[in-house]
Amino acid sequence: MDILLAALATITRWDVIAALLVGSIGGVIIGAIPGVGPAVAIAILLPATFGMDPLVGLTLLLGIYGSSLYGGSIPAILINTPGTPVNALTTYDGYPMTQAGQAPRALGLAFGGSFIGGMIAVIALILFAPVLARIAPMFGSREIFLAALLGCVMVVVAHRGQALAAGALLFFGIFIHTIGMEANRYTMRFTFDQPWLTQGIDLIVVVLGLFAVSQAFILLASPERAGKVPKLAGSVARSFMEVFRYKRTAATGAACGTAMGIIPGVGEFVSQFLSYTFARNRSKTPEMFGRGAPEGLVASESANNSVPPAAMVPLLALGIPGEELTAMMLTVFYVHNVIPGPALFQDNMEFVIALYLCLAILNILALLFLLSATRPLLHVLAVPGRFLGLIILTLSFVGIYSLRNSVIDCMVAGAFGLLGVMLKRLHLPTVPIILGIVLGGIMEERLRTSLPRIRSIWDWVDRPVSQIIVALITLVLALHVWGIWREWKGRKANGQGPH
Amino acid sequence: MSDKHTDSARDRAMAETDKALSELISPRHHRAEIVFAVLSFAIALFLATQWSSQTVWFEGQRAGRQPGLWPLIAIVGMLAFGTGELIACILRNRRAGGGSALTEVALWARTGEFLAWFLAYVLIVPWTGYLPATLIFCTALAFRLGYRGTMLWLAPLMGAVVVVLFKGFLSVRIPGGALYELFPRAIRNFLVLYL
Repeated sequence: MDILLAALATITRWDVIAALLVGSIGGVIIGAIPGVGPAVAIAILLPATFGMDPLVGLTLLLGIYGSSLYGGSIPAILINTPGTPVNALTTYDGYPMTQAGQAPRALGLAFGGSFIGGMIAVIALILFAPVLARIAPMFGSREIFLAALLGCVMVVVAHRGQALAAGALLFFGIFIHTIGMEANRYTMRFTFDQPWLTQGIDLIVVVLGLFAVSQAFILLASPERAGKVPKLAGSVARSFMEVFRYKRTAATGAACGTAMGIIPGVGEFVSQFLSYTFARNRSKTPEMFGRGAPEGLVASESANNSVPPAAMVPLLALGIPGEELTAMMLTVFYVHNVIPGPALFQDNMEFVIALYLCLAILNILALLFLLSATRPLLHVLAVPGRFLGLIILTLSFVGIYSLRNSVIDCMVAGAFGLLGVMLKRLHLPTVPIILGIVLGGIMEERLRTSLPRIRSIWDWVDRPVSQIIVALITLVLALHVWGIWREWKGRKANGQGPH
Repeated sequence: MSDKHTDSARDRAMAETDKALSELISPRHHRAEIVFAVLSFAIALFLATQWSSQTVWFEGQRAGRQPGLWPLIAIVGMLAFGTGELIACILRNRRAGGGSALTEVALWARTGEFLAWFLAYVLIVPWTGYLPATLIFCTALAFRLGYRGTMLWLAPLMGAVVVVLFKGFLSVRIPGGALYELFPRAIRNFLVLYL
């Protein structure tokens, strides 16, 4: 109780309240603009948060992360274009509802599903925090190394049908981390005698290149997207209450999102898929899914919005990011010398609880903003796509150049921008590169610190937590291989090749 | 008979949704993926040839303490997955289509023009200063994109807002340009600090 009160006192500061407001409203607006998305916005804002207090900076970024998913459902439902990639599943049932003249109902259900998902996840995690505080100290260097390894395995196998490309990109990320002077023996690695490579390649430069610059290039090179403000007749607020008719679907979605969000490398897509499939299997009208099923909409939105709070668990408890957005947030911790990991839960529990309370308030603010301002918000859909590209490119420059005032950083970001264009156009994942850079660094450091206690390979699994993680890695790999085998057998039986 | 008909329609509808869901989780293959596969394999191969000269391996040290271990792991991983990706791409391109590779590569090349615009912007900032460079960049690029009238005026306005917001209010570190040196001291200080 004392911790809760201390956390409440922390978040009632004016700067935290300002970050809550800007983050939640800004996130909704950013999410509602197709082609921007939270990754681009967070990448651009990241350097600006380095001068802020850690809680203020993280609240701002978390606000954008969590609230953007609310906003992303608006264009997904009204114009069949997801505001963020995560809202793609929302188009399946949201847009058919709009076509059937039920746009306000679809929006109300989507906002309701998101709200229930987000709040259930936050409440579950606040209740779970004392348990985490007890489990976290059981993670030593070996366990953190193995958890990072699990994250690497998950990010590869989670990309079904693209595991080979994801693996190559993950190892490319690990390679990028190794460039420059290593901190142990101060030897150079792959610097090719170039002084600018001595410090290595900054994660934020890569992030900005892959997410922001590449998105700007794609928008600038694409044909102009006609910006029209869709019409919306009817009350969204009234439809919001209808979500309580689907409370079991929303709760299941929240459970899927929370469970999947905690596992590094899995993320929103898998949680949505599970929640959606589960809701369809339980529905009396499964054939309506994909044709305007309200349960489908609630299942998808509740699952995706419960992932952001859950994704903070491995980040805060172990210092392991699960996807690109939490990887970016990790840099904010490091800049302020707040090291996420087991010690954070033991020594600074009120900071953790304050962060979760901020997430809860962000959900409430985002919902209130949407229920009162959905109609004026629709005007952001009128921003022409190429003009948006110009804005993103101008903002990207601030993010990259303000890091070290380096022209070379901008050139490197430009090169990663071109790589990002290639990957996005081919629908290949960019997340493995970012996780490779971050997890590669964690694994190298943790392996080195584990070595004095490692005599044989069995020393890796001489403690219960490491045994569980190794068992999980083995299970995930076995299931992946079994899945490939089943798919191959199925194709062979049908006489088909891979798509 | 009617029940049977309804059941088959329901099965068909569910199969369609399944297919759409499957494509959402695992997008369709594009022929141009072969370019990515060849490039990633070639880069991995090049890095493998450079490993011994670009890293250090100390005699008598445990592998875990060697500075060259993690680059080795990364390169071996890139080679292994890169080889697999290359073979899979060749097989998929042989069996199925999925868009024209040349058209796609041409689109990637078109983005090169905007990389040039971005780099030009980056290079003029130290000379002209952040605000003038941003105003020039936004106006010129908006003109190149075909905007006229209101949108052409909005572009430098947006640029000015970005400069004031980030440098003026959020105090991001962007040094003043050489052009600012021409102004009297008081104005110069203001320009360096806020614009």
